[in-house]
Amino acid sequence: MKVKEIIEILNAEILCGNQDTDIEVNSACGADLMSDVLAFVKDACVLLTGQINQQVIITAEMMDVSCIVFVRGKRPNTDVCNLADEIGTVVLTTEMTMFEACGRLYASGLAPTKRVER
Amino acid sequence: MIFTETYTVVPRDYVIAGDASRKIKQILKKIGLDADVVRKASIAAYEAEINMVIHSYGGTITLEVGEGRIRMVCVDTGPGIEDIDKAMQEGYSTADEEAQAIGFGAGMGLPNIKFNSDEFNITSSKAGTTLEIIINLPD
Repeated sequence: MKVKEIIEILNAEILCGNQDTDIEVNSACGADLMSDVLAFVKDACVLLTGQINQQVIITAEMMDVSCIVFVRGKRPNTDVCNLADEIGTVVLTTEMTMFEACGRLYASGLAPTKRVER
Repeated sequence: MIFTETYTVVPRDYVIAGDASRKIKQILKKIGLDADVVRKASIAAYEAEINMVIHSYGGTITLEVGEGRIRMVCVDTGPGIEDIDKAMQEGYSTADEEAQAIGFGAGMGLPNIKFNSDEFNITSSKAGTTLEIIINLPD
């Protein structure tokens, strides 16, 4: 699924970072615990989260996550956006809750991220 | 040795937390190592760095690349891990609310470092903790 389809499905807005909406994402995960993202996410995916601190952006960088969606209309501060610009991750925000945003993407055919088997 | 560098980790500073790991990832990518190896090393480095930021009095991460492997040695100056066996259990954490508020302190750090390492050694006393993380490079 392309980022532009995610934007349409979630009625989302591009906040900062990479502006290329043709980027392809193959799977998604929803998490507020970056510890879990680091421990369980296997492939490059879109990350939906309610966290808006810069550790989300750094986690995305470490995990090669190409798109982040902030749920519940959350907007990070300028420093966080500057970091996303530097790293080149697409950063979106949607007014939808985590539950609704994940549900709509899943219903539209986006697969759950592959999980690291421990 | 292809590359060696030491990075400083400052305790309790959640603004610059992750800087060392970012530099490590950038260097590993620049050297042109296999993407899976870079990812494993980046995860291990970041978990170790965040652990040091949350729990330690500060320390350093030394990265060495060469001889068919990535070696990272993380050394802090205390206060040490009281019970290493417990700290290695998934879900066990002594992290405070500040760490949890930014999405860490779920008790996955050390187990996840070990999971991403080919060799993992840990020693700890009140004077500090040393982690040795080795990730082999593919032939």
